[in-house]
Amino acid sequence: MALLRYESQVRPPLVEGNKDYHQVTEDICRPVEARPTRAWWIGFTISVLFLIFGIVSVTMEVIYGTGQWNLHKTIGWGYDITNFVWWIGIGHAGTLISAILLLFRQGWRTGVNRAAEAMTIFAVICAGQFPIWHMGRVWVAFFTLPYPNTRGPLWVNFNSPLLWDVFAISTYFTVSLLFWYSGLLPDLATLRDRAKAKWRKMFYGVAAFGWTGSTKHWQRHEALSLVLAGLSTPLVLSVHTIVSFDFATSVVPGWHTTIFPPYFVAGAIFSGFAMVQTLLVVTRKVLRLEEYITIEHIDVMNKVIVLTGSIVGIAYLTELFIAIYGANDYEGFAFLENRVNLNSPYGWSYYIMMGCNVLSPQIFWIRKMRRNVLLTFFMSILINIGMWFERFVIIVTSVYRDYLPSAWATYYTPTIWEVGFYLGTFGLFFTCYFLFSKFFPVIALAEIKHILKRSGDQQKRDMAEVEKEKLDDFVGHHGHDHGA
Amino acid sequence: MAVKKFVVGNFDDEAVLFPAVKKVRRAGYKIHEVFTPFPIHGLDKAMGLRDTSLHTAGFIYGITGTSIAVGFITWALTSDWPIVFGGKPFFAFPAWIPITFELTVLMASVGMVLTFCYLCQLAPFVKKDHFNPRSTDDLFVMALECTDKTNDAEVVSFLQNAGAKDVKVEQRETGWWIGRYDKDEKVS
Repeated sequence: MALLRYESQVRPPLVEGNKDYHQVTEDICRPVEARPTRAWWIGFTISVLFLIFGIVSVTMEVIYGTGQWNLHKTIGWGYDITNFVWWIGIGHAGTLISAILLLFRQGWRTGVNRAAEAMTIFAVICAGQFPIWHMGRVWVAFFTLPYPNTRGPLWVNFNSPLLWDVFAISTYFTVSLLFWYSGLLPDLATLRDRAKAKWRKMFYGVAAFGWTGSTKHWQRHEALSLVLAGLSTPLVLSVHTIVSFDFATSVVPGWHTTIFPPYFVAGAIFSGFAMVQTLLVVTRKVLRLEEYITIEHIDVMNKVIVLTGSIVGIAYLTELFIAIYGANDYEGFAFLENRVNLNSPYGWSYYIMMGCNVLSPQIFWIRKMRRNVLLTFFMSILINIGMWFERFVIIVTSVYRDYLPSAWATYYTPTIWEVGFYLGTFGLFFTCYFLFSKFFPVIALAEIKHILKRSGDQQKRDMAEVEKEKLDDFVGHHGHDHGA
Repeated sequence: MAVKKFVVGNFDDEAVLFPAVKKVRRAGYKIHEVFTPFPIHGLDKAMGLRDTSLHTAGFIYGITGTSIAVGFITWALTSDWPIVFGGKPFFAFPAWIPITFELTVLMASVGMVLTFCYLCQLAPFVKKDHFNPRSTDDLFVMALECTDKTNDAEVVSFLQNAGAKDVKVEQRETGWWIGRYDKDEKVS
């Protein structure tokens, strides 16, 4: 058996602290089974307060119309769509971790995938709010769906990127949810079988769908996860590609560029990983899961951040270069006058974007910095701010001075209700995350057990012994016996 | 759903379970089920289970999604109510690719998950007997079905020799029924 489980010494253990299967169960179920701490209650209460503020803001918007927001003819997409793209970008890391890294057989994903997938689902829920309430007459939101209506039937415009968005985001949400929940079933069954209290037995019994862990179920479960991962991989790339089409297919200087799809996807992964870091750095500390979400995990994710941050940087520079080299007056104006010129009304936002997204992540080339938890947390916040400004730069600086100078808008400031709506989605996001971390295991139990014999502490030490042997002895001792 | 008699062997290491499965099969005993806390690659082959055809089902669902999307959009925009959008032809196929792709993925995923739940009989309020609650924690549980002719004691000692830590003869319910895990009801 040993050879089958062989993993090189070069890779550090993914589970620290000499665990056996039962200990893994205990550690990961502990936060779920213990009473909520005072910190949990405080965090949860603050989140709910923000959520209430958001609900009030949205209610104001529904009662009085989108006039409650400072949008006008020139800046029709402002804060609202900026927030939408920001949240949907964040919602990309979870599926990347769970799907793409599964296909690439990256063992470290097991420590972080469950929480990252949950984060994805909550971020997509938050993102979805913005276009929905931006419609103004939200009670006719179902007009975006092609259903047989009494107006002809008049079908929706299947050629429009905005409709592609409806399909892309609803599909993405559905598939992410299915992927996440099908992965949760075995872990919920573990909680069910450990439950002592009556309500727990009932709650987890219903939630686990009667999972037993029989071999046939596992075989189908594995097949399902693999195919869902294969489907989610192009899906996750398609979603932000389609979001970028909202801009790229329009004839607005600053938006009308073919570089948008890869640039948006890289940015999405970048911001998504930053949000994963923000959440997990805190989660691992508060729930005492440092042995499962190790410094190694943080290091690896910081590598992804420096890679995607640099891709985003190249995209910024390419776009700028083409604006100059392309010699199109309007394109050149949008970039050189509206963005790069620090004296223009929004010039400052371009430099915040550049500083946070391109320059600051370069610190992660240094190994010591990548493994610094505090710095990682700080950087993750900085990147999230930077990525928000990226969307703000793209949206507002492109439209506020359009082809007709008499229609130019000087300054756009959001109203309290626009800000409230944004803060409200933070409330929604963290309310969901707090509930998730209380009632569900934040780490994929079964998957950790699956890699334990390969990447655990003790196993690594055993492998060190194995590696000392000569090759012939090695093959002789640990041949392909399948344990017969 | 019938109550049957089983010899249940509990293993605490999958490295012991694996050869045990092979020995049991070679000896000709019928394995009712092996419950494990996590997937063990190759165990399905060792138990002689056939490959799942869930992949094929997923492919068929995906193709269905593609056909529905292309078929419906073509019909809606070229025959039912043709409208000129931005000077494009009625049959503007490149512009339909995104929705076609999304619908393919959606149908394949939803279809596969529903099929998975149907095949494994998983749904809210479904209850099943899985012999030992610790099989979702750290034990690997092998259940051998007893018939009238089975010599229980012989099977028990066979499993013990194969490395099982704890072997019991138990009456267990098979199949699934509607029930809740906080109640101890039995159907038959």
